[in-house]
Amino acid sequence: MKKSKILLGTVIVAIIGLITIAADHIDAPSTTGTSADITDFYAFQGEDTDNLVFVASVQGLLSPTATGTASFDENVLVEFNIDTNGDNVEDLVIQAIPRDGKMYFFGPVGPSSTGKNSSISTMSSITGEVAITPYGNTAITATNSAGMKMFAGPRDDPFFMDFARYTDIVVNGTETSFRTEGQDTFAGSNVLSIVVEVPKSMVGTSGTINTWVEAKVKQ
Amino acid sequence: MKNNFIKYTAAFLMASFTLMSCNNKDNDLEVTAMVDFSGTFVMKDQMGRPAVNTVFVSSGKKDEFNATIPSEQNAKFQSMFEANLKGLSPAFANSGDKNALGQDAAAFTGLLATDVLNVTLDGKTTFYDGTNVLTGRALADDVITVELLLIFGGEDFKENPTLSDDNVDGNDKDFLTSFPYLASPW
Repeated sequence: MKKSKILLGTVIVAIIGLITIAADHIDAPSTTGTSADITDFYAFQGEDTDNLVFVASVQGLLSPTATGTASFDENVLVEFNIDTNGDNVEDLVIQAIPRDGKMYFFGPVGPSSTGKNSSISTMSSITGEVAITPYGNTAITATNSAGMKMFAGPRDDPFFMDFARYTDIVVNGTETSFRTEGQDTFAGSNVLSIVVEVPKSMVGTSGTINTWVEAKVKQ
Repeated sequence: MKNNFIKYTAAFLMASFTLMSCNNKDNDLEVTAMVDFSGTFVMKDQMGRPAVNTVFVSSGKKDEFNATIPSEQNAKFQSMFEANLKGLSPAFANSGDKNALGQDAAAFTGLLATDVLNVTLDGKTTFYDGTNVLTGRALADDVITVELLLIFGGEDFKENPTLSDDNVDGNDKDFLTSFPYLASPW
């Protein structure tokens, strides 16, 4: 019984693997279908132009019926990495991790160590928390004393692309051009998103930063 | 007697709950100190610019790419990116061929192989809007068409028009102007 379940799981993962998807959705075999699969990452100037917004989503292609039971994994740390001096090594991190219905935030703060392994910077002077918005509820947001806004919960997948046609052209070789009217492969699907807005002064004064997001799993 | 014990215990418990909740409001650190955040967390997935791993990393190397920190990606993966770019868009194999940013295959993949998003602190943040190049990534940016144009569109964005635009130009739901910006779920 157990064996057949595992086998079925493997087959399903293999099938999804064949569809190899998108912005970062199911981009690699060992993340696909797991709670640590990043789907997308955005960084942009906020409505208040003195602020920067970071968005990371995980667990893509959730149908509306699957969204209500999807949840952030307490063993998965989502870490926004910020390089302020152009060497592509993080000088600051913003860490987000769920515990018992809340998303906790630490930073921006200098990490205790850079690279593949992280511990959570609980001694950061900047911390915050927000209740994870349940599916079907109005977005719950919070602002901490440092002026950082926070959100965590299900959202419409903001990514759009005719990924099916791209796959037919590039991977399958069954088509040679895009449709004149494309079809958004991600229409009608949801993701679990973390949105954090911070005053720009927390990450620098001017110039360009390099930023990326990492999903890190507790060992 | 027994009743009193229950009463006092209940009163004591209520008092401590009240004290705790006051504490909660006063100081975030007090709250987080009660929650277990211990342990080591190891990188499993990562992303900077959209679709980079999907498009430029060969199928057997995708997990390895996700497990490589950005500062080490260029040395490990740039040549693979360049080979895959030339495979996708053969014009790049011709000497002197460039994209609309004036980059040949080596320069273009040299940029992409370090998978970080460049974000300006000084103004408009966009993947590409005709003027600003790689100053961030906004929700409505048609990043896939930009990438297709840079891969297939040649020096003037006019080559291979049927490959350089997927003709999906926007999201299926409107974004919000205010925090949290992303549209409510379906």
